[in-house]
Amino acid sequence: MTAPEMEPHHKLYLYRRIVQAKLFIDRHFAEPIDLNQIADEAYFSKFHFIRLFKQAYGKTPHHYLTQVRLNQAKRLLAAGGAIAQVCFDVGFDSSTSFTALFKKHAGMTPSVYQAKELQRKVLFKQNPLQAIPNCFAETYGLKNSNIQ
Amino acid sequence: MITKVTHMCVYVLDQDSAYDFYINKLGFKVHTDVPMGPNARWLTVTPPEQPELEITLFPVKEGSTFDAETSKTMIGLIKKGTFGAAVFTCHDLMATYEELKGKGVIFKKPPTKEFYGFEALFCDDSGNWFSLSQLNTEK
Repeated sequence: MTAPEMEPHHKLYLYRRIVQAKLFIDRHFAEPIDLNQIADEAYFSKFHFIRLFKQAYGKTPHHYLTQVRLNQAKRLLAAGGAIAQVCFDVGFDSSTSFTALFKKHAGMTPSVYQAKELQRKVLFKQNPLQAIPNCFAETYGLKNSNIQ
Repeated sequence: MITKVTHMCVYVLDQDSAYDFYINKLGFKVHTDVPMGPNARWLTVTPPEQPELEITLFPVKEGSTFDAETSKTMIGLIKKGTFGAAVFTCHDLMATYEELKGKGVIFKKPPTKEFYGFEALFCDDSGNWFSLSQLNTEK
């Protein structure tokens, strides 16, 4: 952005189209969408679109789409979804590429991530105070037993 | 030596509504959402690219934390927009402003140029206000 207080109308229009493309990704990430479709959604040529999207969000549309899919995968894995199903549910068509991208993004494989999240949930369910700093727990009149 | 902030607290009027605002409008992520005793809930969210900072969405209601008078005073002050809770940053303010406005977020100040970059002010669903900034160093 250069100067919002003097933003010409055509620049605002461009911003709105870029935002529209980003929201298109947010809504349709689970479908087999590709860059051409996303660019079409914003009425841009592909290369112009990539440049403007990166200016606005600091990453390419492809990178952003991958990030949205992986974030959703994390949520589904944490909820106990089967890994192969999660892979396809968030829009990946290959479990190999999903696992490799997930590992790069989260620093661990989907199965390790899921095991950790499920274990964390069990622990919090058994003793919710483990999730809460003692200072806050005490304001609720509760004593955090994991703090000596 | 203090090293980091791990938790900050935003007082909200309704946790369900705050959940919807912070997750579905701002795009934050749920970090922890667990019951805390029979009538309370510990809900923390994180900014999309700062998973280590938990923002506690702490309900203001009469109970063990606030007595009736304090609770009433706090609710009144929050609704009046007394509290500025934090400064958020984004890569491009104009794009973020357009997106959030489109999602129904209310801005009390549109983007303006400041010496450190660009800034807008928005309110959450309770009435707390936040600065949303694009710093000169961001691009």
